[in-house]
Amino acid sequence: MIGLVVNPVAGLGGAVGLKGTDGMVDEALARGAVPRAGERAVLAVRALPADVPLAAAAGAMGADAVRAAGREPALMVDGGDGATTADDTRRAALDLAEAGCELILFAGGDGTARDVCAAIGDRVPALGVPAGVKIQSAAFAESPRRAGELAGAWLTGRRRERAAEVVDLDEEAVGAGRVGPRLYGTLRVPLGPGLVASAKSPSHDEDPAAVNGIAARMVERIGDGTAILGPGTTVAAIGRDLDLETTLVGVDLVRGGALVLRDASEQELLEALDGDGATVVVTPIGGQGFVLGRGNQQISPAVLRAAGIGRLTVVATPAKLAVLGGRPLIVDTGDDATDAELRGWHRLVTGYDEETIYRVE
Amino acid sequence: MSPQFQQARWSEPLLSELGTPGERGYVPTAPEAEIAAHAPDPLTAIPPAFRRSAPPRLPQVAQPQLLRHFYRLSQETLGNDVAVDFGLGTCTMKYSPKVNEHLVRMPEVQDLHPAQHEDTVQGILEVLWRLEQMLCAISGLDRFTLQPPSGSAAVYTNASIVRAYHASRGEGEQRDEIISSVFSHPCDQSGPWSAGFQVVELYPGPNGYPELDALKAALSNRTAGIVITNPEDTGIYNPHIAEFTRLVHEAGGLCVYDQANANGILGIARAREAGFDLCHFNMHKTFSSPHNGMGPAMGASGVKEELARFLPAPVVERRGDRFELDWNRPDSIGKIRSFVGNAQIAVRSYAWILALGPDGIREVAETAVLNANYLATRLREVPGMSQPYPTSNTPIEQFRWSLEALREETGVGSADISRNLADYGFQPVFGSHHPFIVPEPLTPEASESFSKEDIDRWADAMIDIAKRAQADADDVLEGPYRNACRRIDAAALDDPERWVPTSRVERAKGAVKGD
Repeated sequence: MIGLVVNPVAGLGGAVGLKGTDGMVDEALARGAVPRAGERAVLAVRALPADVPLAAAAGAMGADAVRAAGREPALMVDGGDGATTADDTRRAALDLAEAGCELILFAGGDGTARDVCAAIGDRVPALGVPAGVKIQSAAFAESPRRAGELAGAWLTGRRRERAAEVVDLDEEAVGAGRVGPRLYGTLRVPLGPGLVASAKSPSHDEDPAAVNGIAARMVERIGDGTAILGPGTTVAAIGRDLDLETTLVGVDLVRGGALVLRDASEQELLEALDGDGATVVVTPIGGQGFVLGRGNQQISPAVLRAAGIGRLTVVATPAKLAVLGGRPLIVDTGDDATDAELRGWHRLVTGYDEETIYRVE
Repeated sequence: MSPQFQQARWSEPLLSELGTPGERGYVPTAPEAEIAAHAPDPLTAIPPAFRRSAPPRLPQVAQPQLLRHFYRLSQETLGNDVAVDFGLGTCTMKYSPKVNEHLVRMPEVQDLHPAQHEDTVQGILEVLWRLEQMLCAISGLDRFTLQPPSGSAAVYTNASIVRAYHASRGEGEQRDEIISSVFSHPCDQSGPWSAGFQVVELYPGPNGYPELDALKAALSNRTAGIVITNPEDTGIYNPHIAEFTRLVHEAGGLCVYDQANANGILGIARAREAGFDLCHFNMHKTFSSPHNGMGPAMGASGVKEELARFLPAPVVERRGDRFELDWNRPDSIGKIRSFVGNAQIAVRSYAWILALGPDGIREVAETAVLNANYLATRLREVPGMSQPYPTSNTPIEQFRWSLEALREETGVGSADISRNLADYGFQPVFGSHHPFIVPEPLTPEASESFSKEDIDRWADAMIDIAKRAQADADDVLEGPYRNACRRIDAAALDDPERWVPTSRVERAKGAVKGD
């Protein structure tokens, strides 16, 4: 059984010049926006195999789209009261997972992906039907039709999956006037043709061979020394290979093969650093190329100086770099002097025995 | 122009599924009684442990059925002899003159055995030696080996020579990095990597080739050398290449030129004048020998005199009027493969160069560049297709295009366009080597073999498919319609778990069959 949850207000902001819809629904409607997420969900449902039972959140949150596609939901869960909120999305996704859905299709944007991720994590696979303003997360299909096809192929095939990064605007940074992405977690998505990342690059950004090569190289480099590990699946693989319970979205500090700080704050990092400094490992989050200043503000200018400013090591799979289309990586730590020192050509670790000279601006 | 090609579509079983038990294509006559009485049973020569207990399950088919089977399969392919295939850019598809096929089928070539005594193969040794002299003249370098069986093997050969060179100077441990560019052929990174180097890659700058500053950031006392393609995969020629080689030399490294595809500069520019110490040519690309469906092939590796002692053994030496194989090479990197090179490829390339002469060789490059640029003027008419780098930076023998705009407008991308070309009687068009830095890439290469009519018809097909995509995207997304097979599941190519390179792997993966 496949479950469908629609965020009916997703995508409203885009048509009327807003950067997203989160918290802006009334404003968007006032500007004349017309909801489209339901239509997008209909296209996805039409591409699903006809004999697969469907479950849906009631009303505009799913069941309407199932019926518009000529199908009848085999099971329905609560669909909120019409004024859809993030809580409604979370509860509907969780209810569908608990009702036994093998895969959750969700129609929306990055904010919706984030809500689904918060609700179900990696309990049940999920796949995004692109309907939002912002689509930076790797959990979406290229198009609604592709979402349906991929979901159907997964259900009837060998059910291979991969972890896809869920990325959304970094609210802390936005509050400080700096717009950029933050990693909120990963969803298990069906592996196959039609995922968003594969549209830009045939080998997806979490290419396991490249990630494993990077992790093996970094484990050698870090050795018994001190390292600060930033957010992201590529960096998380280093913690995995060190046999340490490091975080996916937080910042950790390892020393002598042990996890000293988990999900550390700036202050904790500063207190833990000694005269020997630390290797600082970061990876670009989202498709814009931010490596410092978005989603990892704990690695502050003061932390970078205490670690040793020359010890910043950027790791990235070749496919993830390719998605940037040649645009430079970006540092925006909030301190001009620090940014100026970090700008220029960096040696990125892109595999085992593989490095790439890349510009940071 | 509209689709006007209709390919045969046989529902042809596998050969092993054809025929009936006992059916035979040929029944050998039994030996006469006298011979049988005197000849030993051939099986006695085979140790019992190596004998089959049961006969192999060979196909049992009569001759006419067998002939029909293979003719039907041949009707379901699109080869260079039946279709314009310059879409396969970076592979330098060109006409392989049929007269050269007659040459390689002469008994003097066809019946050669690589283990023959030198005295009995003076003719082919002379061909190999003369071909080497020609490649020296074309590249400006001093010695070549014809041993590597592919372009990638030639890059590995050259990387191994770079390693041996630094080892001979006591810097083998220290100089462990090879620089390459992302738009060089992928073997320029994987070859040195296989030879034990760390690879440092340069991204293209705004003009489509790497910036000098990026190279400077890569150079250090660990630099063993650079392995680079020029023009790169994009067809764009790096005008600062002499500066690149100068900087690498100043850092103590060697410069290796990947000239797998030399069609844009043949007879015009040479590796030596650009400052390179080593290079290689794919004889199955630029020098007209057919690709032979992924082999046999030949990657000829060339070096400057001071590196000649590292070449693989044997090399062909001329002593007076006699040609000899020199195996006594104590500094050699060893063998890259058995023997001295694929003789039939050497004969074809030798004949091709002889037929053209120095002026003809240059005309090949001039015509190829003219054809590629004429094609580009036509392809600018394709809706939604654009050149990713400044057009002032004219590519040479191949062009990288992007269909990103068409994809965004219609959902139809480069892979869809490529598939649909088959409906017009053309082979698919190559996208790009990995990684895809240019979104929705296409890279055609109209070599010197193609006529203006060929180019116009191909461009017309591209324009038609793009216009069809704009009118009805599903029509293109579901094509092609008029071919032996329509769409296959390409996902298997990206999934190592589904690769079955040998029957042993197939047995091990029995559980996944039929997925």
